[in-house]
Parts: sequence; structure tokens; C-alpha cells
Amino acid sequence: MDSIKNLESDFLKEVGGISRFIARFFLEVMKPKQEWDEWINQCYWVGYKSLTLVSVTAFIMGLVLTIQSRPTLVEFGAASLLPAMVSVSLVRVITPVITSLICAGKMASGMGAELGSMRVTEQIDAMEVSGTNPFKYLIVTRVLASTVMVPILSLLAIAISLYGGFLGTNIRGEVSWTLYWFQAYDALSFGDFIPSLVKTIFFGFAIGTVGCYKGYTSQKGTEGVGRSATTAVVVASLLVFVLDLIAVQITDILGLT
Amino acid sequence: MTGDPLLEVQGLSLAFGKNQVLQDFSLTLMEGENLGILGKSGSGKSVLIKCIIRLLNPDLGKIRVFGKDISQLNQEQMDELRKDVGFLFQSNALYDSMTVRQNLEFPLRRHWSEEDRIAHAETAVQEALDDVGLSHTQHMMPSELSGGMKKRIALARMLILKPRMILYDEPTTGLDPVTGREISELILKIQKKYNTASILISHALSCIRLTSNRVIMLIEGKNYADDTFDQLRHHADPKVKIFFRDYE
Repeated sequence: MDSIKNLESDFLKEVGGISRFIARFFLEVMKPKQEWDEWINQCYWVGYKSLTLVSVTAFIMGLVLTIQSRPTLVEFGAASLLPAMVSVSLVRVITPVITSLICAGKMASGMGAELGSMRVTEQIDAMEVSGTNPFKYLIVTRVLASTVMVPILSLLAIAISLYGGFLGTNIRGEVSWTLYWFQAYDALSFGDFIPSLVKTIFFGFAIGTVGCYKGYTSQKGTEGVGRSATTAVVVASLLVFVLDLIAVQITDILGLT
Repeated sequence: MTGDPLLEVQGLSLAFGKNQVLQDFSLTLMEGENLGILGKSGSGKSVLIKCIIRLLNPDLGKIRVFGKDISQLNQEQMDELRKDVGFLFQSNALYDSMTVRQNLEFPLRRHWSEEDRIAHAETAVQEALDDVGLSHTQHMMPSELSGGMKKRIALARMLILKPRMILYDEPTTGLDPVTGREISELILKIQKKYNTASILISHALSCIRLTSNRVIMLIEGKNYADDTFDQLRHHADPKVKIFFRDYE
């Protein structure tokens, strides 16, 4: 019973902590003089440095989904629907969620470990002593960078995964370049693209916030740094699924499905 | 050492849970004075100087730096005051991802204008590195430096803003005796050159003996004894005696 109470209290403390952290983020964002140079630097690290991983994964995702879907569609005599089915699946759910999960693994762990190590080696204190606001310099820039870069990476991943789908379609069948893209786009509407883009903004924000929160509040030396990096990935990945579930419910209510 | 004190700490108390780290601790620091604070590991020395720079907030007590009660200052005013207070961290706290030059330039971004930085940052960095005898390390990363070099670079980063008061957190801990002595001599040289007041906290007697003209013994969170190093060394109090016996 006591352990359940402790778990409950730890959970509530964590929720309280992260809520205060988010509130502080918005307060600092409102204050003038942002660290734009550092934000660009973080966009480079968060976005450009994840590009290869995201691109390769997206290409394989599109290819595999197409190859594996084809037999079922052939069985029902609906092989011609393959580009349409693949494009809707990739644009609406698979690519945004998988890209965000990859980003959660790469970005949240990186932020958790980097900020955690800065915390335990007193680098964050040194920043504060030098008169620089460490929250603005380290946290605001990282959270904004991931909020902006995850949707961009996701859009790019959608394009690459659709190209993977084109190759997958042509392994067994024969669909021209023009016909594939015509069918893929014909099946899509703004109601597919916009919710997909909007939810990746929230995914990016969640990934950045959780990674930074875990690192910034890291304690107990190097052991704490490792724990921060691990929990950052776990919580960020879980949040991506929870937010996706909420996004599906909202789009359903709004009649965008 | 006349005039108003640069620093006044009155009745400072701070506890972490049930652990009472500081208890009604008071001190004053005058201009040009080098005050050593001796105490065992975990006695609250680092906590004390972190309270002075407001990295930690005490439960009770008042801290006046340059005549200003720091608990009454807003963040902007505190940042401005911190320009005149140098802090040498025990772990050096050099930014891993920046070169030595970028490390030294970092404090300038808050306190100097863009024009001043473009015009004078290079000279200021060079002068600070010359002061610590490491002018060739500008483009090196902290990971390429030895322990003693890191300490010197941390000193240079602190000096770049020409502080009036410097807080040293265990400046020789983790260094070999020869390097430790070199750092102590460097601290003395800096104090003479810039006429700074300083607080050095350590459990290394050699460092305190060399650098401090007054020493406070921090025992059980209190200002237990306050005298010159030699007077404390021959102090009659059993707790002071035990400390010197254990650490000498």
C-alpha cells in the first residue's frame, strides 16, 4: 500500500514539476531578447544531424509497407488501390509517429544527457553566475528547435516514404511514376495533411520539453545523467503515442477522418 | 582594509531536510582582504559561497554584497551585481562544447555591448590568458587540457570581467601538490594585480596558509573560530586542534 502511495506521490510530483517547467518556458519565450544564434545552432544539431536517420527509416518504412500490403490487396482484387492506401497510411499516421519516435530516441536522450552532464558538472551554475539566463539559453532554444524541426523532418520523411512506396509498388507490379503520384495525391486531402502536420508540432514540443526537463533537473552525479537520458526517451516516446491518440480523437470529432 | 565591508553575512541558516548545514553563520569581508574558510568535507563551505552568489537561497539570515541586500534584488539587478563577483567552481565548470576562447568570451555576451565585443574581446581574452600563463590554448577544447590547465582557464574566464570580489570553491582540490601550489601562487598574484577581495574555501591547509590573511573555521555550520592561520593552528579549542591534526 505504501509503495502505491509513494508511486502516486512521485507521479504527481513529476507532473507538477513538468507543468512548472512548461509554464516557465512560456514565460521566458514572452520575455524579449531571445538567443537566436543558439536556436539556429540547436536547429542544426536537432534537425540536420537527424536527417540521415529519419530519411533512411522513412524510405524503408514506405518500401516495407507497400511490399507487405500488396498481397492482401491482390487477394481482394484491389492492387490498383495500393498507391492510395499506402499514401493515406503514411501521411496520416505512420510517418509522423515513427519520425517522432526516432526523434524522441535521438533528441530527448541527447538533450537529457547533455543538460544532465552540464548540471552535475556545474556548467549551468557557471552560466547563471556569469549573468546569462541558462533557462533561456539552454532550454528555450532547444524546445523551440525541436518544435520547429520535428514537423519539417516529418514532412521530408513523408516525401521520402512515398518514394519508397513507389519503388515497393514497382518491385512486383508496374506503375508509372506519373500514375503512382497521381493516385497517391488523389487519395489525400488537406484533412489528411494538416492534422498530421499540427500533431508533429506537439510531438516536437513534447520531445524537447521532456528531454530538457529531465536533463535540467538531473541529480545524483553521473548515475543521474544516465537515468535522465533513459527516462527522457521513455517518457517522450510514451507522450508521442498519447498525443497521437488525442489527435485522432480530435480529428474524429472535427470530422477530418 | 578600511571602509564599508564588501560582504556582510548575518545569521545565515540553511537546512536540507533534517540536515542543518549552516546555523546562524556570520562573516564580513573588507576590501582587499583574503579570507580563508576551513572546514571538513560536507561542512557547508560550498553551500555558504553558493548562498553569497544566490545560487542557493538561505532559510534565514541576510547577505549584503557591496552594500546591497541580495534577497531584495530582482534577477536583472542580481545579474548586474554578479559581474563584479567572480566564482571559481570546484569542478572548473568549463563549457565542454566550446573552445577555450569561446569559454572566456561567454561572460562578455551579457555584460558587454556587441560593438565592445567586436572591438575589445580579443584583447580581453588574450590578457586573461596571459595572466594565467596559457596564451597558446585559445583554440583548444577543455577535453584537451590537463587538470591544472583547466583550473587556470576557469580562473581566466572569471578574471575577464575584472571582478571586485572573488569566491574560490576548493581551488586546489584534485590537483597534485606542485600544481596546487602553482594555483595558490597564481591566486595570490591575481589578488595583488587586481586588488580583489576574496573568499577561499578549502580543506587544504597549504592553500589557505599561502593565500589568506584571515581564516574562519566552519564547524557544525557555525563560524566557530576567526583568526589568522598561525593563531588557529595553535588554538586551544579541541575541535580546532582535531581539525588541524587530521588535515595537516
